[in-house]
Amino acid sequence: MSATQVQNTDEKPVFYLKEEHHPENSTMLGFWLYLMSDCLIFAVLFATHGVLGRSYAAGPSPADLFDLNLVAINTAMLLLSSITYGFAMLQMERNAKMETLVWLGITGVFGAAFLGLELYEFYHLILEGAGPTRSAFLSSFFTLVGTHGLHVTFGMIWLITLMVQVRRYGLNPENRRRLMCLSMFWHFLDVIWIGVFSFVYLLGVLG
Amino acid sequence: MSAHPTHESAHDTHHAHSHDDGAGHGSFKGYMTGFVLSIILTAIPFWLVMGGVLDSKLFTAVLVMGFAVVQIVVHMVYFLHMNTRSEGGWTLMALIFTLIIVGIALAGSLWVMHHLNANMMPMTHEMMKNMP
Repeated sequence: MSATQVQNTDEKPVFYLKEEHHPENSTMLGFWLYLMSDCLIFAVLFATHGVLGRSYAAGPSPADLFDLNLVAINTAMLLLSSITYGFAMLQMERNAKMETLVWLGITGVFGAAFLGLELYEFYHLILEGAGPTRSAFLSSFFTLVGTHGLHVTFGMIWLITLMVQVRRYGLNPENRRRLMCLSMFWHFLDVIWIGVFSFVYLLGVLG
Repeated sequence: MSAHPTHESAHDTHHAHSHDDGAGHGSFKGYMTGFVLSIILTAIPFWLVMGGVLDSKLFTAVLVMGFAVVQIVVHMVYFLHMNTRSEGGWTLMALIFTLIIVGIALAGSLWVMHHLNANMMPMTHEMMKNMP
């Protein structure tokens, strides 16, 4: 009894972590699962467009309607906003609050440019009489591209909210987590757009 | 009370550390690599379609979709930092599962609907007139 007591006082207790490291919060995994479910929504809309994309109902075809120059500029806007968000994340790693905000702001400008161009395109299509009610092709086109645009719109609202949050409360762990979630969301929307410009616009114009 | 801020900061550093282990964050070099690759992989399909470079439409279409797939992989790796280690591999598992479902949904829809179209009863002139 006394021997064990002596041993205890001599040796300091050592604790080992035998298990592999577990991420403590599963927010990133959960958000990734959300993105995957969002991916399924887009997959169904792509499938719908694949089925209905050639049903013009004697109306205009993609070659008549789409201006690929505009689509190319739109693509560039979204791609640029992706890389500037990446830069914002790098500044966040460096704990530079002001630089993070600047890059987030630039991301927002590119995002707004993308949305503006898309709305301009939609407006002109509807003005030409090629609205969503014209043919099955245009219904599926407006649903697919509109859903993507709606996602970008909510991404913008989220971005502005987070800019206010970071400005007011700094780069605390909560805001870092939120910025990382939005990063995944934003890059994910860019991935979806690759499918949109390839499958809907380029293949559509190709006929 | 005085112990509280030190505890907070200790928690902060630990928190940041645990994130470094999980999802990769990427570097300036990684983002730029992804960006340059994306520009190239976007420009080529636009050039193929807008310039009418190839005579075969089918071949152009296959190339455009091929470039899209490669670019999606580039985005996943360089922008979304996908790898086999993040979150203990569960993000990759979820992605693979999703891709299987997406493949079934896309291929199944196109296949089934194509056959439905091909096997539709041909419409006569009379039926066309009575259409709503």
